[in-house]
Amino acid sequence: MSQTVALPRSLELPGGGRLPRLGSVDAVALEARAGELAKRSIKRESKIFALDLAIRMIDLTTLEGADTPGKVRALSTKAMHPDPGDPSIPSVAAVCVYPSLVAVARRTLSGSTVHVASVATAFPSGQAPLEVKLADVRAAVKAGADEIDMVIDRGAFLSGRIGQVYDEVVAVKEACGDAHLKVILETGELGTYDAVRRASLVAIAGGADFIKTSTGKVSPAATLPVTLCMLEAIRDVHDETGLVVGMKSAGGIRTAKQAIQYLCVLHETLGVDWLTPDRFRFGASSLLNDLLLQLRKQRTGIYRSPDEFTLD
Amino acid sequence: MTDRLPVRKTYKLFVGGAFPRSESGRTLEVEGHNVARASRKDARDAVVAARKAVAGWSGATAYNRGQVLYRLAETMETRTDALAAASSGRREVARAIDRVVWYAGWADKLAQVLGSSNPVAGPYFNFTLPEPTGVVAVIAPDEPPLDGLVSRLVPALVGGNAVVAIASDSHPLAAIELAEAVATSDVPAGVVNVLTGLRSELAPVLAGHMDVNAIDVTGADGDRAALEELAAENVKRVVRAKEDQSPWEIASFMELKTVWHPIGR
Amino acid sequence: MGAVERPRTEVAAPASWDYAPAPEAREIVSFERRYGLFIGGKQVSPKSRTWFSTISPSTEEPLAEVAQAGQKDVALAVDAARDAFRTWSRRKPAERAKVLFRIARVLQERARELAVAESLDGGKPIKESRDVDLPLAAAHFFYYAGWADKLEYAFPGRSPKPLGVAAQIVPWNFPLLMLSWKIAPALACGNTVVLKPAETTPLTALLFADVCRQAEVPPGVVNIVTGDGATGAYLVREKDIDKVAFTGSTEVGKAIQRELAGRDVSLTLELGGKAANIVFDDCALDQAVEGIVNGIYFNQGHVCCAGSRLLVQESIHDQLVRKLKRRMATLRVGDPLDKNTDVGAINSSAQLERISELVQSGVEEGAELYQPPCRLPEKGWWFAPTVFTNVAQSHRIAREEIFGPVLSVLTFRTPDEAVEKANNTMYGLSAGVWTEKGSRILWMADRLRSGVVWGNTFNRFDPSSPFGGYKESGFGREGGRHGLEPYLRFE
Repeated sequence: MSQTVALPRSLELPGGGRLPRLGSVDAVALEARAGELAKRSIKRESKIFALDLAIRMIDLTTLEGADTPGKVRALSTKAMHPDPGDPSIPSVAAVCVYPSLVAVARRTLSGSTVHVASVATAFPSGQAPLEVKLADVRAAVKAGADEIDMVIDRGAFLSGRIGQVYDEVVAVKEACGDAHLKVILETGELGTYDAVRRASLVAIAGGADFIKTSTGKVSPAATLPVTLCMLEAIRDVHDETGLVVGMKSAGGIRTAKQAIQYLCVLHETLGVDWLTPDRFRFGASSLLNDLLLQLRKQRTGIYRSPDEFTLD
Repeated sequence: MTDRLPVRKTYKLFVGGAFPRSESGRTLEVEGHNVARASRKDARDAVVAARKAVAGWSGATAYNRGQVLYRLAETMETRTDALAAASSGRREVARAIDRVVWYAGWADKLAQVLGSSNPVAGPYFNFTLPEPTGVVAVIAPDEPPLDGLVSRLVPALVGGNAVVAIASDSHPLAAIELAEAVATSDVPAGVVNVLTGLRSELAPVLAGHMDVNAIDVTGADGDRAALEELAAENVKRVVRAKEDQSPWEIASFMELKTVWHPIGR
Repeated sequence: MGAVERPRTEVAAPASWDYAPAPEAREIVSFERRYGLFIGGKQVSPKSRTWFSTISPSTEEPLAEVAQAGQKDVALAVDAARDAFRTWSRRKPAERAKVLFRIARVLQERARELAVAESLDGGKPIKESRDVDLPLAAAHFFYYAGWADKLEYAFPGRSPKPLGVAAQIVPWNFPLLMLSWKIAPALACGNTVVLKPAETTPLTALLFADVCRQAEVPPGVVNIVTGDGATGAYLVREKDIDKVAFTGSTEVGKAIQRELAGRDVSLTLELGGKAANIVFDDCALDQAVEGIVNGIYFNQGHVCCAGSRLLVQESIHDQLVRKLKRRMATLRVGDPLDKNTDVGAINSSAQLERISELVQSGVEEGAELYQPPCRLPEKGWWFAPTVFTNVAQSHRIAREEIFGPVLSVLTFRTPDEAVEKANNTMYGLSAGVWTEKGSRILWMADRLRSGVVWGNTFNRFDPSSPFGGYKESGFGREGGRHGLEPYLRFE
């Protein structure tokens, strides 16, 4: 039985591999599977491992109209040393800011292992001419961003102009140069898991190094089922071609408990090789302090107070 | 002991899960207490609260609705004394509680008795399902003081409707005591709303309200014709009790949806 | 555009992430050293003066001693039930309803304790007894409580009356849940019962007796007699019973049917199965894999309606089997009380032997066996999740019920062929159909000779949903409005 072709025939994966079967996603079963994985009970040393890993996977984010150099300096300092009183706490993976604040972040973070990720392409809506979106990318890269988080054009996607979505990803990837590209699908606007799967495959075909759930400006943002759906697309691409694409779940992940649930979904879908910031990121801000709090609780056996951790 | 002054209850409206006073600030003295006299704006707010609550309540599983109504019976049971003092007595309260239990048990059976799979002449799967109509206005009968309201309120709730009830003019206390039992059970906020005041003032507001889907006029006494005329404006379902207790009383607050789907390779 | 220097990060992936043990607290339940029989509302010593041990299949430790009811004990239980029937059947139906609502509530309140007991006695993972068995058991009582005073609406135009004393025999795979499936409708219809739990899993039934005490179930309405197959045989031979309800093997079901021939005893049987789980090439693939895994590895495959035959459309066979094997490798087999365990212990050494024998036959008949690497505990009875490919219809593993975590994979080309192969069995309990095409699900459902058809799902149960088999999977339905009928007579 042949599949309806829902992707342009011209789409190819980087390296020339064949796209996996589009297929469809049963929402009830997907959500049930995510629910089962959320019930894993991670304790003791396996919990400490997970909390530490989650910290190392955070893209510490501030994306507000009110962001200033002062705010970004504070955030970047926190990113390098989340708990100044405890040097065993690792740095996070990256900070994530608007293009106009990339230079500040770069300066503060120089010499550290923390990446500078910048949103671009008229984040969050993506509703701007392509030239403007590409100029946005180039400016961010020039200012020192080594990761770019772009948004797909949902207007194009939802009106069936899939080829245009693909072309834009290809163009942005080119404008990135050596910078890594994360493609935000804005899953909360796509409507169905079938659409999320389709958008995932289009983004990957266009050259995404990571696919990302959300801008964090729309609700629902990241959820366990949508993350599972995207991980399954990543898995199918990897099975077909060996290509490795990373995943970033962003928006709405505030507690350590949630973060551990995401790690279980990741672990049991893609395996141990994906348990690294090179392949998975959390886009979050308040999550960091809850991870610190839970880690200290695990190590001391005492419930902590949020006041013990700095607000930057 | 006899010197002790009891702390008397203030009887307010029950809207959106909370107990506000009337926005008009008015009260009436009934059954020895000052009782809130709801205005048309309170009625409007109650309908908004009910509409907001419909999606969650109708979207809950039938099993969940049954359990929640059973829990209402539990909270009524522990309030027997207060309910008895506000009605004709313990016997009526026991009947009202047993009625809630009876209707609670219907939630997860309605589809099996009211619905059907229909043997159409063609390769189609065809089934009919009952669904709640939405927001229901209930005019409480005057008698019995508690069971009258319960007998019209609960059949509307079972199927997933949210209700705005106008308490009886002469027995508002029983309605508010019942509302307190509702508030402490697991019934979600806005699913049940109770307005005390003057029926003659409030009933026409709900009867004409364009966002109310059905109106139960069992307790309407003389004004029924006028209310039914107002109801015609948005083709409201006009409901009146036919039996004391029956799944068909539930059905009168339900719509029926029939679905077709081909059967083929 | 300046050259961007990506900072070096030490982020190598770990070699493994082993979940630490996450044990459910066992102390929540405490067993008596020895249990009597529950007759006439009291624990009584068996006239047979015989007891036996019930053992935890995951550790082989003895949990308690239970009575082996002899013929005299069974007769006493039936007498007590008959006695109680006189008052119970005359009690106001609304009051009978309230007793059943109370049972539902107590089951919810003591759910964790009963779940731990179930996992200890039977071997199933706590995740399942906690999230499936207990909630469904309580829901069953809740559902049927609501019918007790509404029977005239369930059978319009007929006058439903209780049968009398129901003899009920339940199996070891869902002990408390099967008990609820039997007792709830029986009591709702005004009957009284004598229930015999399975030999290897008597404990939750005995704890249920205590639930009855808390709910104030009148003495004699529920009687529990423990024992082995002999006790069951005595029960079925009792003269003064009006009904037998049996869930268990087809073999024993046939024996009961023979025993009751010529007698005026109503009978319902819920027996074995060899369900086909049919997967079309346009299915939602990853979700279908979940459904297959749930269909055969849930409850260690100790499920009468288990999807033990995978019929996969040949065009996606290879891709599906690859995904399936990879998914099987993430199944966690181990301590039933560990919250992360997916597959628990095999219920008894006898059952383990039967599974092993059939698996051996599969190898000998030429099917290809795969088991993911699995560290099985030293003590207790265990079997790794297993899948056979290259299976033919004629292989024993495709025809006989294994009742273990063993899947046989066969292929088909067209919907007609799938129906033919699925129906080609003496069983007819359940089937699964996986396709994104709605009309095909309905077309298949129309033609599959099984009492339950699951479309794009599997192993879904609800008290409102009638369950039961075609052909040698039994007759009669449990659940729903239809589940009342076996417990009533109509004037």
